Amino acid sequence: MNKWLSIVLLASMFGIMAGCSSTTKEDTTAQPETSSANTDTTSGADVGSTGNATEMANGQADALSKRVIYFEFDSSDVTSEARDIISAHAQNLSQNSRLSLVLEGHADERGTREYNIALGERRAKAVKQLLVVQGVQASQIQVISFGEERPAAVGHDESAWSLNRRVELLYSGS
Amino acid sequence: MNKLRRFIIPLFLVLVGFSAVVRPGFAALTIDITQGIDGALPVAVVPFKWLGTGPTQGSKTEAPENIGAIVASDLRRSGRFAPVPENDLVGRPSHGSEVNYAAWRALGVDNLIVGHVKPLVDGTYEVQFQLLDMFKAEQLAGYKILSRRSNLRRTAHQISDLIYKALMGVNGAFDTNICYVTVTHNRQKEKVYRLAIADSDGYNEKVILETKSPLLSPSWSPNGLQLAYVSYSRGRPEIYVQSILTGQAKRVASFAGINGAPAWSPDGKSLALTLSKDGNAEIYIQNLARGTTQRVTRNSAIDTEPAWLPDGSAIIFTSDRGNGPQLYQVEVDSQGARGRPQRLTFEGGYNARASISPDGKFVAMVHRIEGDFRIAVLERESGYLRVLTESRLDESPSFAPNGSMIIYATEYNNRGVLSAVSVDGRARQRLQLSEGDVREPAWSHFKQK
Repeated sequence: MNKWLSIVLLASMFGIMAGCSSTTKEDTTAQPETSSANTDTTSGADVGSTGNATEMANGQADALSKRVIYFEFDSSDVTSEARDIISAHAQNLSQNSRLSLVLEGHADERGTREYNIALGERRAKAVKQLLVVQGVQASQIQVISFGEERPAAVGHDESAWSLNRRVELLYSGS
Repeated sequence: MNKLRRFIIPLFLVLVGFSAVVRPGFAALTIDITQGIDGALPVAVVPFKWLGTGPTQGSKTEAPENIGAIVASDLRRSGRFAPVPENDLVGRPSHGSEVNYAAWRALGVDNLIVGHVKPLVDGTYEVQFQLLDMFKAEQLAGYKILSRRSNLRRTAHQISDLIYKALMGVNGAFDTNICYVTVTHNRQKEKVYRLAIADSDGYNEKVILETKSPLLSPSWSPNGLQLAYVSYSRGRPEIYVQSILTGQAKRVASFAGINGAPAWSPDGKSLALTLSKDGNAEIYIQNLARGTTQRVTRNSAIDTEPAWLPDGSAIIFTSDRGNGPQLYQVEVDSQGARGRPQRLTFEGGYNARASISPDGKFVAMVHRIEGDFRIAVLERESGYLRVLTESRLDESPSFAPNGSMIIYATEYNNRGVLSAVSVDGRARQRLQLSEGDVREPAWSHFKQK
């Protein structure tokens, strides 16, 4: 495990312990738009209100700390790596039925805005589908698409676009 | 080769950087003509003579608006005309009887526009103009228009429309409006979205909505009195209809999922829109008076971005039911779809967001070519596709109501700007804000007289 990932994992573990009562949507969408990379984890978020970190396998904790699924251009196909992340969240959600999740679908700036809203929705629904087949109640999941309206990274090249074609998993415990 | 030809050719070849803005304080958007047309008609617009009587009557010693300059810049922006620079004019006639036709012919001018502005005792203004043919030595058009001070710019645009009609045979689109969305940052570094309307030359901007949530897809009602648009003000996309005069907004679609891409039907009674309430993005028609929705498409693919044919008989929309987004056409009536959608575009892997010309003959779209997203126009009858732009991130094309120009959004120097291109791709102009981004343009219909 590299150093950066350890830091992220630590931060996320801290989040588990510190953030149990949080019910507000995490501030992922309100992050300042800079061209610096938005890593595929979001720090300071609570993974789950009843999560027992010590029982969690390291690999699963890794996967669970990842809250963003990335996509290819004009695609809603989920990569095998992303499937592992989704499976970890599926387990977390199905074990904690009081948790709910907002899936925010996003697209890069290329192409047309309304098509991108539909594409963002399709991406979020592809993630939702994988969660549901693994035992998550559909009622735990809400899908919202922002299309290209809320980029994670600004810039007009592939380095920004690849960070913007995404679905964000936003937890809100109850 | 006379002086005028020397003027026109560089106008065609390179960026001229003409700023049409006379008083920057009046326009939020500035317009730069980035490409004129080779062979644009040489005309001259003489500054309109001010017939005010000076301080004794309390009136100003110069006209409140420079009508001649507004007309000249309108004509220049259309790409069809090459007005002679004011410094090169060979006289300052204000009436046909004062014109030395030979002198203007020697300058290479085909048509001359002269006129005057006269303040009347009741506070209104009389604006008179004549369009003169230098070769036949006759008047092609001549009008006397009564105007108010607040209306003088509009009067100038109406004069431009009359000149355009007399010389081009089709209506001008100068006395029209555009709407668009601006995005700036406030002191807290938050994004501020504004829905604004302005004259077609960017003047008289009026902000009708300000919000910190994404705002997109404005669509004009046919009578020009309302806008439909998509707002995320409640956290997800919903469709609103807002009165321009009163500012009053009404939420008309807030189903689960997507509520997007509103497009006003030509009769003004319905909106075509995109809803995903039944599973995925599909086209529906919503009757505005009754609030009922009729489903048009039924497909597991994305169907969105509906646009009406001018007679309301069919809708052209974006769908990726084939491989990647393409345009399809489906006939509609009050019951929804009639028959199966027919594919319209076959060139390139990405064709989306149709805007249909007012005569129904052309469809403008966003077209991907070699990785760039450009504006292209499809001639419906022949199927011929012409790429009009050379930029890489173009979107949201919208036809002028006379079909002569297409306004669209693009990126320039890392900023969102609007651009307008003639349907033949030869004339181009750019509209931009002093700061921030401007996007999602929609050109209004003709104003109702």
